[in-house]
Amino acid sequence: MTEPLISIRGLSKHFTMARDLLGRTTSVLKAVDDFSLDIYPGETFGLVGESGCGKTTVGKLLVDLYRPTAGEIIYDGKDLTKLKPSERRAYCREIQLIFQDPYSSLNPRMTVGDIISEPIRVNRLIPPEKVDDRVGYLLNAVGLSANYRNRFPHEFSGGQRQRIGIARALAMEPKLIVCDEPVSALDVSIQAQVLNLLDQLSEEFGLTYLFIAHGLNVVKHVSDRVGVMYLGRLVELAPKRELYRNPLHPYTKALLSAIPVTNPAYRKERILLEGDVPSPIDPPPGCRFASRCYVKGTCGGCPCESETPELVEVSPEHWVACYLHSGPR
Amino acid sequence: MADTVLQVSGLSTDFVMKRGTVHAVRDVSFTVREREVLAIVGESGSGKSVAALSVMRLLQPPGRVTDGKVLYKGRDLLTLSHKEMRSIRGNHISMIFQEPMTSLNPVFTIEDQLVESIKTHMKLDSNAAVARAIDMLRLVGIPSPEKRIKDYPHQMSGGMRQRVMTAMALSCDPDLLIADEPTTALDVTIQAQILALLSELRDKIGMALILITHDLGVVAETADRVVVMYCGQVVEEASAAQLFDQPLHPYTLGLLESIPGMEDAESDGPLPMIPGMVPNPLNLPRGCAFAPRCSRREPRCSGGMPELTELGDGRKVRCFVAADMIAAEVMPRD
Repeated sequence: MTEPLISIRGLSKHFTMARDLLGRTTSVLKAVDDFSLDIYPGETFGLVGESGCGKTTVGKLLVDLYRPTAGEIIYDGKDLTKLKPSERRAYCREIQLIFQDPYSSLNPRMTVGDIISEPIRVNRLIPPEKVDDRVGYLLNAVGLSANYRNRFPHEFSGGQRQRIGIARALAMEPKLIVCDEPVSALDVSIQAQVLNLLDQLSEEFGLTYLFIAHGLNVVKHVSDRVGVMYLGRLVELAPKRELYRNPLHPYTKALLSAIPVTNPAYRKERILLEGDVPSPIDPPPGCRFASRCYVKGTCGGCPCESETPELVEVSPEHWVACYLHSGPR
Repeated sequence: MADTVLQVSGLSTDFVMKRGTVHAVRDVSFTVREREVLAIVGESGSGKSVAALSVMRLLQPPGRVTDGKVLYKGRDLLTLSHKEMRSIRGNHISMIFQEPMTSLNPVFTIEDQLVESIKTHMKLDSNAAVARAIDMLRLVGIPSPEKRIKDYPHQMSGGMRQRVMTAMALSCDPDLLIADEPTTALDVTIQAQILALLSELRDKIGMALILITHDLGVVAETADRVVVMYCGQVVEEASAAQLFDQPLHPYTLGLLESIPGMEDAESDGPLPMIPGMVPNPLNLPRGCAFAPRCSRREPRCSGGMPELTELGDGRKVRCFVAADMIAAEVMPRD
C-alpha cells in the first residue's frame, strides 16, 4: 500500500455562535466534526454533500484559510496544524484551491497574465525573465491562447474564467488541488469540457485532487474514491464503483435516488427525504441523520438518537457510519 | 385532446442596445394544453427566460416584443391593457422564479406577502385571506403553517422559501404556472421534494405547467413535452419520451451525452462534450446558429437557416441533416 499524500486525523472546526456574560461559549456550530481521511497520490477523491454539510470548510482547512479547532493534517510527515505561520507557508504552495464561482474569484482589475504570474513572483518560483514563458505555457495547458495574457477577466466566459483559475492554481506547481465545486456555476455543455480538462491535467502534472461537489453525479465521472458528508461528518466512504453499485448509508441511497435520470431504463424508486438538513448549531447527540432517517431504529435497539455511530469498515475499503451496517457496539 | 391553455406563435423579442440589437427570442412557437407539463430547455442565453417574461409581459426595457401572438384561451395577451394584464397575472397565469432567496421581500412576514397577493386578486376579507394563506402553505407541504406564516423569509431555508413562492403563485388558482428554474438554487434532495410537489399539484388542482430549466434530468422526471432552445430559437420539439429515446437535433444529443449521468457508472473515458461555446448574441453566425459546434456539420449548414421541420406526431426539428435522415428513415437509434 502506498503512503497517503495527506492524512487528515480527527479534524474539527467549530465556530462559536454565542457566549454568556463571562465569555464562556454557550452555542457552537460544528461545521466539521471529527473528520478523518487519507488521500493517496494520484487519486481523485470526491467529497459530496449538500449545502451546510461542511465540505467547503474541509477544503478551506486544508489550504489554511481556517485554523482547525482540533485534529491533525499530516502532510510530508509533518502536522500542518502545528506549524508556525511562517513554516506553514512553504506547504501552502503545494496545496492549491480552485474556487466555485469563476466570476468573483478573479480580480477584475488585473490582466490574466498578472493573475497567473502573481503567485509565481511572490514565491520566486522561477527567475523573473522566465515568468512570461511560464504564463504562456500554463495558458496553453488549460486550453487558452497565450495571447490572452493581456486581457481582463470580464472579456471571458464562465468556462474560460474557470480555466484561468485552474492555470493560477497550476502556477504554484502544487501536488494537491482542492477543487471546490469547480463546475457547478457553469452551463452543462461547458461542465463536461472543464471536467475533461481537469482529468487530462492530473496526468500531465501528476496532480491529486480533492474534488468537492454537492451532487453524486458530478463526482461520479472524475473520482476514484468518494466520501459522503452529512452535517460535518463523513457518513460513507468507498471506491467509486462500490459506492454507486452498493450504497449502504441511508443518506447516500437518498442522494443517489434524488439525481434526476434522463434514461427511463435507469429510473429507480425515489427515496424522498422529509424536511431539511437540520442546523449544525448545537446538534443533538446521536447520528446526525437520525431526524430525517427512514430506517432509523429498524435494526432493533440501535442507539441512533443517543450515540454517534463510528465510521466502520464493513467490507474492504468500504466504510460506513450507520448502526444498521456496523451493528451497535 | 385536452383544450389548449396557452398558444404562443411567432414570438420575437429584441433588446436594442448601444452596441447593437440582440434578438433574444426569434420566432418561437409552442402550445400548452390543460394539465400538461411543457419543459423549455436551454443553456444560459438561449432565450428561455426572456420568452417566459415576454408571455407574462414582465420584460424590462430595453427588451421589447417585436412580433408574435400569445393566445391565452383565445385572447392575445400582447394586446391587452396593463389593467387587463394585471388581472391575468396571478389569477390565471402565475410565475415562480429561480432565486427563492431574492424573490421574497425580507422586511415583511410570509403572512403579509401571501395575504397581500390573495387580497389583491380575490375578493376575500382579511380573516378569509389568512385562512387561505395557511391552506396554501399546507398544500405545498410546510409543516405547522399556522406558526411558520409569522416567519420572515430569512428564518426559512431555501427549499421552504421556494415552497412559499409556489404557495403564493398558486394562491389564486391559476390555470397555468410558469416555473423559471424552480430548483436550480436548491440541493438535490430538496430539488426532488419540489419536483414531486409540482407534479402532485398538477394532478391535484389540474393546472398546466411550463417548466423552464437547463437540467435535462429534471425534464425527464417531470415533463410531458419538451421544447429545446438554442440562441433564441426552438431547435427541437418532441414528447419527453421521444426526446430521450431518440434525440434528433445534434445539440440535444450533445446536451444529453455531456451530462455526467448515473447510467455509465462503469466508464472511465473522457466525457463526451460539445466543443466551443455559445456564440455572441450580437454576432450570430450565418445559417444554423449551432453549426460552428456541430459534429454533423455540412457546408449547407452555414449557408442558410434551417426551418423548424414538422415530422409528424408533434415532433419538430431545426436541422437539415436530421430532417433528411428522418425523411430517408435512416436515423440511427442511439
